[in-house]
Amino acid sequence: MQLSREALLRAYRQMKVIREFEERLHVEIMTGEIAGFTHLYSGQEAVAVGVCEHLDNADKIISTHRGHGHCLAKGCDVNGMMKEIWGSREGLCKGKGGSMHIADIDQGMLGANGIVGAGAPIAVGAALSAKIDGQGKVAITFSGDGACNQGTTFEAMNLAVVTQAPCVFVFENNHYSEHTGVDYAVGTAQDIASRAEAFGMKVWRADGTDFFAVHETMREVLAHVRAGNGPAAVEFDTERFFGHFEGDPQRYRGEGELDRIRETRDCLKKFRASVTGAGLLGDAELDAVDAEVLGQIEAAVEAARAAERPTAEDVLADVYIAY
Amino acid sequence: MSKMMYRDAVLSTIAEEMENDPSVVVLGEDVVGGMGTPGGPEAIGGIWSTSTGLFGKFGKDRVIDTPISESAIIGAAAGLALAGKRPIAELMFADFIGVSLDQIWNQIGKFRYMFGGKTRCPAVIRMAYGAGYNAAAQHSQSVHQILTGMPGLKVVMPSTPADVKGLLRTAIRDDDPVIFLEHKALYGVSGEVPDDPGFTIPFGHARLSRAGQDVTIVSSGLLLGFCEVVADKLAAEGIGCDVVDLRTTSPLDEETILDSVEVTGRLVVVDEAPPRCGLAADICALVAGKAFASLKAPPQAVTPPHTPIPFARELESAYLPSVDKIEAAVRKVLAWR
Repeated sequence: MQLSREALLRAYRQMKVIREFEERLHVEIMTGEIAGFTHLYSGQEAVAVGVCEHLDNADKIISTHRGHGHCLAKGCDVNGMMKEIWGSREGLCKGKGGSMHIADIDQGMLGANGIVGAGAPIAVGAALSAKIDGQGKVAITFSGDGACNQGTTFEAMNLAVVTQAPCVFVFENNHYSEHTGVDYAVGTAQDIASRAEAFGMKVWRADGTDFFAVHETMREVLAHVRAGNGPAAVEFDTERFFGHFEGDPQRYRGEGELDRIRETRDCLKKFRASVTGAGLLGDAELDAVDAEVLGQIEAAVEAARAAERPTAEDVLADVYIAY
Repeated sequence: MSKMMYRDAVLSTIAEEMENDPSVVVLGEDVVGGMGTPGGPEAIGGIWSTSTGLFGKFGKDRVIDTPISESAIIGAAAGLALAGKRPIAELMFADFIGVSLDQIWNQIGKFRYMFGGKTRCPAVIRMAYGAGYNAAAQHSQSVHQILTGMPGLKVVMPSTPADVKGLLRTAIRDDDPVIFLEHKALYGVSGEVPDDPGFTIPFGHARLSRAGQDVTIVSSGLLLGFCEVVADKLAAEGIGCDVVDLRTTSPLDEETILDSVEVTGRLVVVDEAPPRCGLAADICALVAGKAFASLKAPPQAVTPPHTPIPFARELESAYLPSVDKIEAAVRKVLAWR
């Protein structure tokens, strides 16, 4: 289905925001200003955006330790996220969560999650809630080729099938679970989607670096799930442009691999080539988006630097609602 | 007041709350029972008879019979709660926290804090705990000390049918995650329960089940009844015991414990969990730190030894705190000089 100019520009902008957010963090982390562990999503933007462009705030997603892209695609505020990563009390989670635990329930974003594989059962629960409500809403869990090996993911897939929960298992295969290759860690001659299929759900596969492939696939997947056919799974083949964590020397990469995937598998480049080639958008308007996004990220970083720091008293707040 | 068993207090409270609030949902293994069998749904109705009839009354969307997948059960409860429901998840045995602990500890217990106070996670996780059935090391444990040590959770241990009613109602209506621990050996115990549908018991308020001036005995769950037996026996000798039923271990009612010890000057804590880093040690430390000047004797803890729970009758009996062991500890603090 052909997207409107407006939808195309929006999708491109969303992907670009994620890319520049991450590329800027990659630089800022080196300065030592940002504390803790950070896992960047650069390279996988087409998946987050291609999925979330189909969702509204009543649809839920749950993410991973590599969660910035999912958060931004689902509508989390850029400034609020940057402030959170800077550890400000003005951050989306008041500086209590940091990079790995950004959530915005009002946006249907049930949290990035520091525990690999933890999200899938939670998404099934959110899907069961949607099933009770009967409004055709869904819950989506993003998992990588690492989380696909966790027992929680298996339990969640089976429970979703047993209960016919409107849950979508999105597997982003970026070929590396931390520092280990998918060919080693996923011990099957077949792919991850085949596992989901074995649990009894319908599955799809697509190129996760092609926004249009992701978006069109998700249209079919969501039509299937929203119609009450139970859960579904999709495997997107994608690329991680940075290491597992920031500071990862990536000695496991092949020679020239990073240059090659940035050259041939960059979802933003592919998007641009596709829409300009088809005469849907022009380079000038995409360049204008690029410039605007760079300005937005710069402003977010400056706002995060200037934002209020938490105090020792804040440690005690928000453990319970009432205790 | 109505006379009912502990297990019926659980079931009737869940049924009433489901009736009153459409967001209340039950899930767990065999909470319906018989699914996919010739016997059909409700052929079992929950192995503890704490969910019997709910499926027929509220249907499969609100009474969710799950496979044996404890991580998925607790995870699904987390997702239901984040999405606005009030799930009551049942872990058939408390020992099964071992296969679901990430969802309890790293997820449910931390959402609110990690997400900057913007989330509600009103999940109740019920589980049957406790020894006395020769069920050995993996089906007999008291896990409250593990869970009480996790910030973000509330932990409830009712000792009577009335307390089940009042505390479970509070748990289901509470906006924070609650661990609700039901002692297996209490399920068949009967007691008077208030009929008032508004009857609730607030968390963090201990109950003084016996009053006396000479020694404070702090306990909860099944062992609370053992402590009452000891108190009644000593009362006949003119020795007065304050028996404090904690009701909840998180929040902990420090005030009631300290107020009592300030009068009695003597403390015995009786707990079914292992001794190291445990609740008994925690309460002894609390009293030593905050009521030191009142103490007339060193606080005593009556707990099992630091071993797994054994199977054979003789071994399990030797393992568990008993009326005799509690009485001996009380007499020890009374005789201290």
